[in-house]
Parts: sequence; C-alpha cells; structure tokens
Amino acid sequence: MRAFPSPGGEGEGGGPDSRASYPLPAFRAGVKNMIDFSQDYFTLLGLPPRYRFDPDRLDLAYHALQREIHPDRYAAAGETERRLALQSSARVNEAYRALKDPVGRAQYLLSMRGIDALAERDTELPGRFLESELERREAVADAHAGRDVARLGALLEQVRSDAAALEGSLADQLDAEAWEDARSAVRELRFLSKVAGDIEAALAEVEG
Amino acid sequence: MALLQIAEPNAAPAPRAHRRAVGIDLGTTNSLVATVRHGIPVVLPDAEGRPLLPSIVHYGEPAVAVGYPAQDALVADPQNTIVSVKRLMGRGLADLSDARRFPYRFVDAPGMVQLGTRSGIRTPVEVSAEILRVLRLRAETSLGGVLDGAVVTVPAYFDDAQRQATKDAARLAGLNVLRLLNEPTAAAIAYGLDNASEGTYAVYDLGGGTFDLSILKLARGVFEVLSTAGDTALGGDDFDHRVYCWALETARVGPVSVSDTRLLMLKACEAKENLTSHASTPLVATLSTGERIDLTLTAATFASITETLVAKTLGPVRKALRDAKLAPEDIDGVVMVGGATRMPQIQKAVAAFFGAPPLNNLNPDQVVALGAAIQANVLAGNRARDEDWLLLDVIPLSLGIETMGGLTEKIIPRNSTIPIARAQEFTTFKDGQSAMAIQVVQGEREKVSDCRSLARFELRGIPPMVAGAARIRVEFQVDADGLLSVSAREQTTGVQAAITVKPSYGLTDADIARMLEESHAHAAADMELRALTEARVEAERLVAATESALAADADLLEARERARIDAALAAVRRVAAVSDRHALTAAIAALNRATEEFAARRMDRGVARALTGRRVDTLAQD
Repeated sequence: MRAFPSPGGEGEGGGPDSRASYPLPAFRAGVKNMIDFSQDYFTLLGLPPRYRFDPDRLDLAYHALQREIHPDRYAAAGETERRLALQSSARVNEAYRALKDPVGRAQYLLSMRGIDALAERDTELPGRFLESELERREAVADAHAGRDVARLGALLEQVRSDAAALEGSLADQLDAEAWEDARSAVRELRFLSKVAGDIEAALAEVEG
Repeated sequence: MALLQIAEPNAAPAPRAHRRAVGIDLGTTNSLVATVRHGIPVVLPDAEGRPLLPSIVHYGEPAVAVGYPAQDALVADPQNTIVSVKRLMGRGLADLSDARRFPYRFVDAPGMVQLGTRSGIRTPVEVSAEILRVLRLRAETSLGGVLDGAVVTVPAYFDDAQRQATKDAARLAGLNVLRLLNEPTAAAIAYGLDNASEGTYAVYDLGGGTFDLSILKLARGVFEVLSTAGDTALGGDDFDHRVYCWALETARVGPVSVSDTRLLMLKACEAKENLTSHASTPLVATLSTGERIDLTLTAATFASITETLVAKTLGPVRKALRDAKLAPEDIDGVVMVGGATRMPQIQKAVAAFFGAPPLNNLNPDQVVALGAAIQANVLAGNRARDEDWLLLDVIPLSLGIETMGGLTEKIIPRNSTIPIARAQEFTTFKDGQSAMAIQVVQGEREKVSDCRSLARFELRGIPPMVAGAARIRVEFQVDADGLLSVSAREQTTGVQAAITVKPSYGLTDADIARMLEESHAHAAADMELRALTEARVEAERLVAATESALAADADLLEARERARIDAALAAVRRVAAVSDRHALTAAIAALNRATEEFAARRMDRGVARALTGRRVDTLAQD
C-alpha cells in the first residue's frame, strides 16, 4: 500500500460524475461466469480508469467482491458454483494485483490504449538511466560479495525511494495522457523493481 | 449459499440442520480435532478426556495402534512405531537430509518415500490416514453421526507435494475435505475473532517439525495474508535432537541402538520441557547395554546448544517482512503458536527481534485446531448471521516451468493471493517439432535443478511448423487449498491438445478407492453403506442449498427453467429415500446441471450488490 502515490485531492479526480460514467456491472442473462470476464479490471472493480485513485477504494471494492465470490462462500454448494467461484475469485485477485502494483497498473492502462509497454523486442532505456543503474548494480554486487547486510538494506531503501519518485512522474504523465513518456517510465520502473527484487534475494541469501 | 442469509435478511431460507464440521490439526508430534458448539470452538477429547492425540502409529501384531497406546511401543519396537510422519509427507528419500535420524526401514520410491513395517510397505499418506481416522471416529462419536466435512491444517510453507499428500491422507481416512488451511492462518482466525483485533500481525508458529511465519492484516472482518515464509524441516524435534547429541557427547557414549536412540530422544524431549519452568533439569537413562547416563542440563547450556536453531527461525521472519514490505516496528503484535514456542530462548529472541513481548494468551497447542474448527463451521454452511468475515490466503512458493537451458520461468510468484490462474505462451525450439515436454517446478531459484519438480508431461500432436511459430499456452491454476493444476494447449491450429495434470505424487480417485478397499477388504458392505451415507449427506446439502437459493432469487428464473430445477430437486429427494447410491449420484449430478445457469445469474447479482455496497461505503467516507 505504501507503494501508492498519496491520494491527494487532485489525484482523485472526477468526483461523483466520473463514478456515474462507470456504471455497475448489470445482471446479464446467459452469462456463464459469476463475473463478466470481458470487463476490464477497472470496470470490474468499479474504479475510474486512471493511474491515481484512492487505494482505500480499491481495497474496499476488492474485499466487497471477494466477500461475494470467494470459494469459501461456496464450499457447501454444488460443483458448478464451486468452479465458478474459483474462476471468478482468481480473476478478481488478478485484477486487484495488477491495479495495486504501480508498474502493473501503468502497464495495464497503456495496454487499454493498445500500447505494450514491456514488449520484449522493444526494451530500450535512456543512456543516462542505464549508466546510473550500472553503478547501482556494481554497488549491489560489492555489498553482496562483502555480505554487507547494512549496505544492502540501504541500497534497497534507496532503490525503493527512487521508484517512488519515478511513480510520481509516471502518474503525472499518465493523467496528462503523455503515453510515450509514460511508456518509457514504466520500463524504468520495471527495471527498478527488478533491481529491488535482486537486492531482496541477495539479502535473503546473506541472512539465510 | 451462505451469503444469501447475510445479504438478504428478509428472505426466508429453508430451515436446515446444523452440519457436523470439524477442524483437524494434523501435527508432527500431536494431532487434535475441534468443532464449534453453540458458537464456541472446543477441542474434542478422547474417552479418557485427553485433548491431544500423539501422532504415533504402531504397526503391531496383529493390530495397528494409534496415539497413547502406540506410545508404549516407541522404545520397544522403534522400527514399527512411526513418529513425526509429517516430516515425510510428499518427500522423496533424496529430500530427507536427516533420514539417518529416523530408525525406519525406508524404501525409496518415485515421488514419495515409503516405510517397511510389520504390516507391509506403508506410505506416509497411509500412516497419516491412520491418525486422521482415529480423529474422525472420535468426532463422529462425539457429534453423533457422519461428518459433513473437515478443514485440515497444513504448515503454510508446505509445497504442492506436501499439501496433496495431506489431502490424500484425509480422503483415505474417509474425510470430506472442505479446505486445507494454513496453520498460522488458522491460529490468526482463532486469535483475531477472539480478540476482535484490527492491525498487522505476525504469527510465529514453531511446531514439532515445521516452522512458519505469516504476516496478516486484519481489517473490517478480512484476514488478509500478506506474506508467508518458513522451513518445513525445523521444529521442536530438532531441539530434542541437539539435546540428544549433547547427552551422547557429554556422557561419552558410543553409537547406540535404535531403541536407545528413541529412549534418549524421549529423555531429551522431557528435559527440554522441564527447562521451560526450571533453571536446570536431570537427564537420566539406563541404556540397553547397561550403561547409565546421569547428566544435568542447565537452561544456559540448552540455550547455547540450540542457539543456531533459534537464529535459523529469524531468516524466514526477515524474508516474510521484506516480502510484505514491512519493518519489525510495523507489526502490531506477534502471536505465538506451537508447543515449541514455550521455550524461553524462543520467547526472548522473538521479543528482541520485534522489540515487544509476543502474545501468548491462547493455548499454543490448541489454537490451530480451534481456528480450523471455526473455518470448517463456516464452510460447511453453519455461518451465523453476524459472522461475516473472509479469509484471503497466499501461495508460499513460486510456481513455474522449465525453459531452454534448465532455467525456471516463473508463472505464479510466491505470496500471490489464492485462488489464482495465470497463463503464459511458449513456442517451439526446432522446425517441425511435434511434441513439447513441460516440466512444472516450485521454488525460488533460477535453476530448475534447485527447485522441486512437481510434474512432467508432454503435449503431443503439434502440427509441423517452423521453429517459433507454434503458440503453446500453458495455464496454471491454484485453488483455495493452494493446490495446482496445469493445462497446455496449442493455439494457432486449434488443436485441442489440452491436458490437465495432477502432480505425479498425488493419488487418483481410483487409487484412493483401491486403498480404501484394501484396508477394509473384509468390510466391503460397510464401505458401500458409508458411500451411500455420504451421498445422502451430499444430497441433503445440495437440496438445502438449492431451496435457499430459490427462496431468495427465484425471480431470476423463467417458468420453464424453474420447472426444470423443481423436477431435478424432486428426483434427488425421491432417489435419496431408496438405497441406490449410483442413482443418487446421478440425480445429484443432474440437479447440479439444472442449476448451473441459475447459479451464474445469482452470482452476477451478488457481484452487483457488492459494488453497490461499496459505493455506499465510499460515498459515506467522502
């Protein structure tokens, strides 16, 4: 949750009107699933398709949906309902996971506009970014080789705070519909999250 | 169907009988069964009033003894008296780094190790089933009839093989498994509902042979597991073993027989327990050779010889915190679970790490079974009107498949909330490649050889294409028990080559049926009767569920659809009255089919209601 930009007044744009423009999923006859799998994640969770929103709202919607469809609610039901609950609950978990994670949410927003931010054949990153990341990588490798837990911890803090700053600009870019800038920021952010993962793995290895 | 009773207080649900549901803690050292009586979870004791069942099975001549009666054979007949079988569940011989510590006649077998006993070769699944059967009978006697279902707990860090083995054991023992529940999560339910707590909690669960650390957030009636870490081969047993080694060294005794090993391990365990409330304890034993061991173990010595074990538990603690992106000071309380947490050095280490004394206000031996009973009660359909909590758990280890070069491609990362489904596309490596081997692995390492292999299967019949043209979609699905199923399909040609694998160590329904028949060959009629009883229980459950659904949401049906459901309902009721199990099973299946569409519509309505409710909440906060 701390990975979210703060839900400041300007972030949660739109007010009641934007909510009204994302109507609740209506009951539709003939739907074979508990939930409509063709809905995008934002619609599924009843949120406006924006990068910035109140994380509490996401949590509330997620919990409310799971209260209805989680397999635990259908443990005593028939086989069909148990299967539907499993599939629907898995879908809601996936939607929640994607929207809660900053990289996942940005990537998803871009993909809704047909932009594949993390396409494998297109992994270009700005030279300046790569240069500073190369230095960071060396520092991590040194600290890992020296089994320096404190240093690794400090590097992890640093990369997390850099990621948080980058998220701030990414949010601005997405809300300003500057798709190309956002695409680049998503790639950088993903890079940083991989570095953070590597540091965590190094810490786990050193600490046992 | 339970949600209807909560969400539609004005609807008139059909009155139903209270379901017999139990929670079972299948422990390394002791096992328990609990149920909810008049809204309060209670442990069900045996006829002598003892709540614990020692997890010991003695394959004697001719009878099999379980629990206290088996205890007597521990030293006298060590090879046929199985303790700590939980450590062997879902493990191959090669997985057991400590195999030498067990006195058993191990038989290496693909998938899971087996044990040579007086009664023949037994798998850990069968040994565990003996323990579970005793608990089932205890519960059935106490509750007065066949159980509707059970929640069986597993260490949170159990992998797919260990979970599957546990579920198989429960089915083999004749239990209808409602859910496998992670032990620390079960403890959190018992603790959280008891204390009406909100906040972020760590559950430190050190049992006889397993260690788990789970971090949970409790808010607005939702128990959300944020992360879990652990070690499925670390527990109180290891502390006993350190004392045992210390005793051998200090007394300068050479290699001892398997009987004497058992004797000394028992004495070591007693010494460990004494040190919980004393500064020192005698450790006295006379070996079968006539040698006498007479030592005094002080708390300080005990702490020093087990220091590395205590430190070993803190690794997973740090890992779980990191995965949850939390620091020790973010934790509002640490709940201590498992008999081994009574050791003062553990209490001290945990307090030092978190900077606050841990919470010990629930019986660490019973809290897991009590939490499982609460969950079983709700899952079976006995949810009380005001009981509106929800549990969201995670998978402990990443799941993936082997790609070129022996590397692992992770498909589902660890600590993903379950249930979860994920698909990924792969392609062929060679021109004209017509088959693809898919190796499913679980673990965190990059190299396949460092992960645990769960299953290997082949996708055949891929039409000839150039390398890289085929699109093979591999789908992983993890259910609410944390169990995985995998399927694969070639996409471009529409070849329906999908298969669903069950991991190789798992038992098929046919295996279970055969094993049940073998173990009760003399009682085939009993088996048939039991199967009929179970089918009736299932029929009763389904009829009640359908009636309550109709009471609430009949307006979703057209007259024709309603008539079809009514007819299927009537058929189930009619067939349930006669003693034809196959006809009853068929009628149940027909009712399931008839209500399929209805179920989907009701769930749509439930979802719409969920979002409406949330909007009200949100508006109220604005």
